[in-house]
Amino acid sequence: MRSKLRVAILGSGKIGTDLLVKILRSPLLECGLFIGRNPDSPGVQHARTLGVPVSAAGLQAIVDSPGCCDVVFDATSAADHLRSWPVLRALGKRVIDLTPSRLGALAVPAINLHALADAANVSMISCGGQASTPLAHAIARTHANIEYIEVVSSIASLSAGPATRANIDEYVDTTESALRHFTGCAEAKAILILNPAEPPIHMQTTVSAKVARADLDRLRPEIDRVVAGIKSYVPGYQLVVPPVYDHDRIVVMVRVSGLGDSLPAYAGNLDIINCAAIATAEQFARQPALPLARSA
Amino acid sequence: MNDILISDPTLRDGNHAVSHQLTAAQIATYCRGADEAGIPIVEVGHGNGLAASSLQLGQSLVSDREMLQVARANLQRSRLGVFIIPGFGTIPRDLAPALDLGADAVRVGSHCTEADVTARHLAYARERGASAYGNLMMCHMADPAKLLVECRKMQSYGAQGVVLMDSAGALLPADVRARFEVLVGGLDIPVGFHAHNNLGLAIANSLAAVEAGARILDGTARGFGAGAGNAQLEVLVAVLQKTGYATGIDLYKVLDLSDLAEKHVLKTIPLVRPTSVVSGMAGVVSTFARHVDRISLQYGIDPRDLFFALGRRKVVAGQEDIIIEAAMDLAQASRPAA
Repeated sequence: MRSKLRVAILGSGKIGTDLLVKILRSPLLECGLFIGRNPDSPGVQHARTLGVPVSAAGLQAIVDSPGCCDVVFDATSAADHLRSWPVLRALGKRVIDLTPSRLGALAVPAINLHALADAANVSMISCGGQASTPLAHAIARTHANIEYIEVVSSIASLSAGPATRANIDEYVDTTESALRHFTGCAEAKAILILNPAEPPIHMQTTVSAKVARADLDRLRPEIDRVVAGIKSYVPGYQLVVPPVYDHDRIVVMVRVSGLGDSLPAYAGNLDIINCAAIATAEQFARQPALPLARSA
Repeated sequence: MNDILISDPTLRDGNHAVSHQLTAAQIATYCRGADEAGIPIVEVGHGNGLAASSLQLGQSLVSDREMLQVARANLQRSRLGVFIIPGFGTIPRDLAPALDLGADAVRVGSHCTEADVTARHLAYARERGASAYGNLMMCHMADPAKLLVECRKMQSYGAQGVVLMDSAGALLPADVRARFEVLVGGLDIPVGFHAHNNLGLAIANSLAAVEAGARILDGTARGFGAGAGNAQLEVLVAVLQKTGYATGIDLYKVLDLSDLAEKHVLKTIPLVRPTSVVSGMAGVVSTFARHVDRISLQYGIDPRDLFFALGRRKVVAGQEDIIIEAAMDLAQASRPAA
């Protein structure tokens, strides 16, 4: 039996903390180092209690002990990722980027899990991107001429940490490029809404596509297949409004509940991007023969 | 020196009332009139601001760029205002070009508990030399202490004023007073109020805000705005004059402006319709009105039930997609068992 793929988590916020829980459960992954920037942050403290190697030295921790991992999950911010990627690349690390930096190959397991073998830097886009692009892709597969595509995601305020909030422009920009990339439609819009309701709302995402004629009979089974596929790595992904055609647009809506690993189930946004990142890393673990990294 | 800064979003909030179909000619005509009347700030755009033209909220007839170009060309003295909600508009794609086109007063909006998403946009507007104000939407959903925390954040980001938006028209004058009494004492920057008239209280609430220390008020010609509309600009100016607050706006001229608006801009004059009352009672954002009417009809349900159902879900501004889902739920629940 082959040994587990060694990974490091850079960023000790909500995303990094939740990733750690999922990695500890994975049969294919092993956490070599959990890295924050503040030894007193709740994420760093929590990781210590789980018995994993912990550092508060930020990126420098990997520079100092490059043997700690082969793959780095970057759960910091878009601006931080732009700074750390050249360093990680020079160290020969493969990176799974959870910030909306839009630097690496766009990765959505439900669409292109097997096409990422050569990518040294893969971008998990955004939570809304993970929830919506597979649906948008299904619409594009069944409708040749999408004039315009739009995605609205609402998430619970409690599930959005400081980096997510500071990166709201990058969220919009990166999600829109992923929509264009995976549908071929030139006009795309992404909207993100934070809702502070108590009890917190579960993540909800609506995809609307403007098409002159809809073929719902062909689309419905495609959507069902996509939802089942995503459910295999995001169990709380569910269709709440099956595709309907209204006023020259197809509308489909999903709700994403989380596994409740580090935040309660409402934080489906956290769960879907993290589950997608784990699925991607596990795929890397299954393809150990591939070149793990390229130097700059 | 004027006591109260009047800002006029007739061409922005009013765009909700016509499903964002204001024409370039209407924008030009109103801007000329507002400039002539000495309105200090004229806000222009899609109802939800820059980049909000969407299937979710309704697509604009005129692009953001053209709206701003036309308005700029027709305003000499008045400042040109834009509204941007982070999550819809971004700095590089939307705010930077708007400032390039001559916008010089920026309102950066967020839901009333989420001010930290406005930090970069407020700072950017200041950096570019524009006046920068924070807007806290749906301000009935947070208590005065929480609102103060959020206003202080906006102040720390560089906001030169913070405006509470009663987006659902849900507040009573006592609620308004309670909020402004806390804010005025706790901030170093002016605070303001943006009313909606769902419960017929837009003017009374604006006056309550001023009496508690607010120094910025939003008003629209004939109240032209989402749902039951806003505080009626010409009435606001008159009431402020009568209560001894200077606005720098000539009463006759603003009355003329309102006639001009009725003649050239308003398709219908805002009215407190039953669904607007219910929207105010349920605390649901006024911009939902036209969508709720349309979708209720489609699913054969009572729009009043739909508003209350949305209120129970505590939806916030911009969540128009939830209307369909809530309507499907209601339609299913009301279907007799087989």
